[in-house]
Amino acid sequence: MDLLSDPDNLDLYLTGFSWILRLTGAGALGALVLGVILAGFRVSPIPVLRGFGAAWVNIFRNTPLTLIIFFCYFGLFSTLGLSLAEEIDLNNFWLGVVGLSVYTAAFVCEAIRSGINTVPAGQAEAARAIGLSFFQVLRMIVLPQAGRAVIAPLGSIFIALAKNSTIVGTIGLAESSNAMKTLINDYGSQTILIFLIFAGTFAAVLIPTGYLFGWLANRLAVKR
Amino acid sequence: MRVSRMAAVATAAVMALSVAACGGGDDAGSGGGGSGDGVIGKAAAGKLIIGVKSDQPGLGLQTGTTYEGFDIEIGKIVAKGLGLDPAKVEWKTTVSANREPFIEQGQVDLVIATYTINDDRKKKVAFAGPYYVAGQDLLVTTDSTITGPAALDGKKVCSVAGSTPAKRIKEEYPKVALQEFDSYSKCVTALGGGQVDAVTTDDIILAGYAAQAEYAGKFKVVGEPFSEEPYGIGLKKTDTAGCTKINEILKAAVDDGTYKAAWDATLGKGGTPAPTFDASKMSNCPA
Repeated sequence: MDLLSDPDNLDLYLTGFSWILRLTGAGALGALVLGVILAGFRVSPIPVLRGFGAAWVNIFRNTPLTLIIFFCYFGLFSTLGLSLAEEIDLNNFWLGVVGLSVYTAAFVCEAIRSGINTVPAGQAEAARAIGLSFFQVLRMIVLPQAGRAVIAPLGSIFIALAKNSTIVGTIGLAESSNAMKTLINDYGSQTILIFLIFAGTFAAVLIPTGYLFGWLANRLAVKR
Repeated sequence: MRVSRMAAVATAAVMALSVAACGGGDDAGSGGGGSGDGVIGKAAAGKLIIGVKSDQPGLGLQTGTTYEGFDIEIGKIVAKGLGLDPAKVEWKTTVSANREPFIEQGQVDLVIATYTINDDRKKKVAFAGPYYVAGQDLLVTTDSTITGPAALDGKKVCSVAGSTPAKRIKEEYPKVALQEFDSYSKCVTALGGGQVDAVTTDDIILAGYAAQAEYAGKFKVVGEPFSEEPYGIGLKKTDTAGCTKINEILKAAVDDGTYKAAWDATLGKGGTPAPTFDASKMSNCPA
């Protein structure tokens, strides 16, 4: 039984990171959709929606993610009986995605809102002047420009999301941090090496991702 | 005095560095036991740091700043045997993943934290004991029909991610649906809520949860252990003298009844009789 040559260990490692990728992907999608809707709420002319958006951001941005994920299992699933899948693993995965999306959406919303602030007021005024509705102004004029302005901050949010997704391990998904715990338990003599392999994998994937977002932000920015 | 203390610290630092630098873990130690090195010297100098668990009722539980449980009592027995007042022991919380590094780096002198002796861990640390042999078992609700691991097919079982019990379920009982958390308390909560049918880990840990006041009469330990987990006392790999000495202390504690008293004051509260102590198993000290 050797740490690096045992195929079971490779399996643990790959399964762990594939869960992380799936959590990050599904969480990013959910957070983006929710975040854009929330940003729309926060700049809308309707006070109730503005209040709702502000409350969402303040509640979820200031609650530790560990607690949110914990609540998804023990609140939504245990107490309220919200079961999202038959299988234990899949159910935990989707509960985790709900938690990650809800939490990350608050950050996405604020990033988009700051992007909206970069769009000159004249753009929205001109759009209103040719008779577009609030929704059309947002969809066709403001959001496309705002989105291009916030690619770099969104990149940072998604990189944080990828690392945050390890917290779903607390409700039992066999993601990379749990895989790491398993290996450390079996190979206590090589703790440091195991840690470096896992940390290194995150770095190897996320550092290029950071550069990719930087490059995209430069390419797509609205040059004013 | 001051100079010699400084010299001792410097020597310890250099030693730690050289051990860390070689990393192969195959350096034959010189037996330790010298002045200031090894637990005997540490105790003689009037201070001992013992790593324990903080979240396992009956074994090692932290309430405020005090620790209590069977592991803690064993720690007091060892300290007393080394000629140190148990009140002078500094308790330090360790989790499963940092037990070896804490011993190697000298952050703790001893680890008494439900520490199963195994060959891979022996590469890094020495084990005195075992002072108790646990076995993996199941905790179920009192009205449950589960009678052992064979009756678990298709049932949901909870354990801690990355632990030996969780691994055993995956490997030997693949038909069992395993829910993992990062602590047994969450497992016990899920068992109380009916999300899982059983919690599995070493019987001694389960007994601690079953005996907690808030769960009185709700849970029972099945009592069909399906593994052997010898709990040892971890210390520096080079400290043969300390290791041998602790084994002697444990033997003496069994003979004069302090071992049984430690059990009765902690895990035995629920009426579980003290385990029979097998001194012949104590052969884990490095030669």
